Amino acid sequence: MQARARHRRFAWIAVGVLLLGIAAALVLNAFRSNLVFFYTPSQVFADEAPKGRNFRIGGLVVPGSLVRPGGSVEVQFKVTDNARTVAVVYHGILPDLFKEGKGVVAQGELRPDGVFVASQVLAKHDENYMPPEADEALRKAGHPLRPAEQVVDEARASVRK
Amino acid sequence: MTEWLAMGGYAGYVWGSYSVCAAAIAIELWRLRVRRLGALRAARIEAEAGIAG
Amino acid sequence: MAWIYRYASPATFYPVAGVLAPWFMAAAALLAGLGLYIGLIAAPTDFQQGDAYRIIYVHVPAAWMSMLIYIVMAIYAVLYLTFNTRLSAMMMNALAPTGAMFTFLALWTGALWGRPTWGTYWVWDARLTSELILLFLYFGFMALNAAIEDARRADKAAALVAIVGVVNVPIIYFSVQWWNTLHQGASVSMTASPKMASIMLSGMLVMGLAAWMYAIGAALKRVQTIIVEREVGADWLRRHLGDNAQVGRVA
Repeated sequence: MQARARHRRFAWIAVGVLLLGIAAALVLNAFRSNLVFFYTPSQVFADEAPKGRNFRIGGLVVPGSLVRPGGSVEVQFKVTDNARTVAVVYHGILPDLFKEGKGVVAQGELRPDGVFVASQVLAKHDENYMPPEADEALRKAGHPLRPAEQVVDEARASVRK
Repeated sequence: MTEWLAMGGYAGYVWGSYSVCAAAIAIELWRLRVRRLGALRAARIEAEAGIAG
Repeated sequence: MAWIYRYASPATFYPVAGVLAPWFMAAAALLAGLGLYIGLIAAPTDFQQGDAYRIIYVHVPAAWMSMLIYIVMAIYAVLYLTFNTRLSAMMMNALAPTGAMFTFLALWTGALWGRPTWGTYWVWDARLTSELILLFLYFGFMALNAAIEDARRADKAAALVAIVGVVNVPIIYFSVQWWNTLHQGASVSMTASPKMASIMLSGMLVMGLAAWMYAIGAALKRVQTIIVEREVGADWLRRHLGDNAQVGRVA
């Protein structure tokens, strides 16, 4: 009798957890598109980014695109996902890890002329950790770890979803 | 030594992280000890009262 | 099934916990010493982040433990609601403050790491937000437990929070894959080779092991205290306290 009560209790818990899991999966699915932290340049060109309000754009800083006109605090650079590219202007101090060829997330507004005016620029670094000599050796051997492309792949994958 | 302490200019962030962890663990161990001694004292008072009564 | 009840009796477990706890604490101290040596002295600086990356040696173990402890709490909650074993509820309660501490540390050290690398202490991305929700779940668990006078009813309510909240753990873990986040992906996972130089990886794993040992040691110490608090008046506890008093007098 006691054992049966125990089994019944366990069954109820199992059903509860299962229901919760399903509910969570449904909620996650519904929020999938709304929980976007940043939009890729391709999404911006596909008009998927919100209009008329602030949003974030993420991608890689195009190598060689960083300029500081007039030597002021204004910086201009381009963000790409290797498919489309968006020009960004920003007044302010860039984070230490901001580098050409590396990940970046900028918050701001898209001007009618297609230039993204950023109010905040954050560096998105990757999950690779190694001593500088190892990085040097990899580059010399012609096999640099290319986190840049990993970021782009992830961005593409999330666009496809 | 000074160079090591400077952590390449990130001293505040690195040592800040480590000291917050050390402080949190110290506080937890201290709270554990206070709670344990309190519980034992209460149990002893009860046990002696039980024996006397 | 009788063995479960015998093992799960607070009177039997109390001395076992007392013997085990110091060993786990000693292991934690030794491993932490080794891990700190590897992380702060032996390991080289990072090619992108410089020395700021060294926060990883406390940040990642704290984040791992914050999730793992919640899962273990949920398992004890299921055991308690299924078998009605009091010790399961006590273990669940004993783990919560340590889990909350590790969650707080993961968030705090993460903020101190984010400022110099990303350029901000905090962003509302999926990883950071779901970890903050975990902290609230721990607080909710403890608040509910403290708010309900009757220990059994408090345990039942808190156990439900533990079970319901556990769905948040996979959300935290997979958030960096499911959504665009500022937080980077996992450097260490079951499916891919580690994306860290081996000495950096070993330092992180040793620190992780130290955190694990510490959490077990702290939970055992706390469960002993909870047993004493709840077993006041029990014969075995009177005998135990009496024995100790006599030993104390002889010594």
